[in-house]
Amino acid sequence: MTPGTVTIIGAGQGGFQAAISLRQNGFEGAITLIGDEPGLPYQRPPLSKVYLQDGKAEALYLRPESFFEAKRIDYLPGTRVEAIDRAAQRLTVLRDGAEKSLPYDHLILATGTRNLRPPIEGIAHACDLRTLTDAQRLREKLDQPARIAVIGGGFIGLEFAAVARKLGHEVAVIEAAPRLMARAVSQRMSDHFADLHRGWGTALHLGQPAVAVEPAGVTLADGTGVTADFVLVAAGVRPNVELAEAAGLAIDNGVKTDARLQTSDPAISALGDCASFPDPRGRGHIRLESVQAATDHARLIAKRLAKGDTDPYGALPWFWSDQGACKLQIAGYATPDAAEEEIAAGIVGRFDERGLAAIETIDNARAHMRARKLIASPEPVTRADLEEIAA
Amino acid sequence: MIKVTYVAQDGTRTNIDADEGDSVMHAAVSNDVDGIVGECGGSMMCATCHCYVDDAWAEKVGPRSAGEDDMLEGAASEVTERSRLSCQIKLTPELDGLVVHLPEEQF
Repeated sequence: MTPGTVTIIGAGQGGFQAAISLRQNGFEGAITLIGDEPGLPYQRPPLSKVYLQDGKAEALYLRPESFFEAKRIDYLPGTRVEAIDRAAQRLTVLRDGAEKSLPYDHLILATGTRNLRPPIEGIAHACDLRTLTDAQRLREKLDQPARIAVIGGGFIGLEFAAVARKLGHEVAVIEAAPRLMARAVSQRMSDHFADLHRGWGTALHLGQPAVAVEPAGVTLADGTGVTADFVLVAAGVRPNVELAEAAGLAIDNGVKTDARLQTSDPAISALGDCASFPDPRGRGHIRLESVQAATDHARLIAKRLAKGDTDPYGALPWFWSDQGACKLQIAGYATPDAAEEEIAAGIVGRFDERGLAAIETIDNARAHMRARKLIASPEPVTRADLEEIAA
Repeated sequence: MIKVTYVAQDGTRTNIDADEGDSVMHAAVSNDVDGIVGECGGSMMCATCHCYVDDAWAEKVGPRSAGEDDMLEGAASEVTERSRLSCQIKLTPELDGLVVHLPEEQF
């Protein structure tokens, strides 16, 4: 049965896509989109790349204000959801200091993630790069020459480091793990990017966790001091599951869903960075931090709600990271313990007990698109298929 | 302002005024032109901003950018010699009046 009112908590790219996809699929009921940040829904990926350089906030907005009225989407920015009452199917929200109660027939949790703050002394003084407001603050700091320490050698930290170096700042990246982007890419890719960043003049401190942030900089576990005028912490994220947990929904490294992205309550779905869902390629429950997963999840949920479609989620994950002029593209999803094999120069395959899990490429859109097709295909992968990717 | 016309499969024409330097993809999305998605925001990752440049404009628009051919392999609708990723077409004064046609689907 089609619900009358769909309420979406979270106005990031996934929550926004759910609203638009509901209308595109002919949903005629009421749609409420709740965001805790001010302003219009915006794209996050450019915040650590283009936006830091051009500062064009208007280029980030997903749609103009008029869109929401035209599509009859009740968009509530600056609004915090305090509680979900599943029995009454109502939310308690806080807006402009006043509490309100909002009904729902179906609820979509698109609450995303928040930055992880490792237990480092003085870390409260470090900057974040998660929201447009964070990025605006960083841009102001980049106005004058600075020595910058980045805690965290993942995608965001490295994308920021590349921009900051390009702008002429002195940059050091501090990573507790022995290699860069260790959660996301192979050793070979880590090494490749370590060489690139060093070549750009960035100091890398690998395998050394930061233990203190002070006005003069950062102290590492081995006592090394990294001088810095300001510190960015980009040390990973945590899914925002507290609302769901308090409402008694199943949680498993995210809000746990079935293959149709329905939570343990059939009146509630979850999507994007906060959702833990069954991997269509049989690798257990996974949680992905990507625009692709968030928007593909949103489309599936919208089709289910608007049209009663019962298809399980099957989209192939893909990821990218622009660091300096170098573009890393990943087709598929591999866990950090996946084995690696160099298929050709700049092309690395990741393998686990189920076979080919992901293919990483550098500045090679052709190989990337071929990899997507290969991994999405149900046929077993042969050596010839792998060679074809690089051909 | 630079005028751009998007022609849908059913012949519906949407005319918009875009800023110089904007991309054909972003101009479409920010004016809510159905049929252009631009999921990756112009990062050349998704091929969901596929469009066909009108014959009369092919020369002025110029050739595909590096890597664009490869990404177009992932486009949902038929790729022809007029196919472009609209995120890769930047609007200049020479393109005032540009006409592009929209594909059947982007997914």
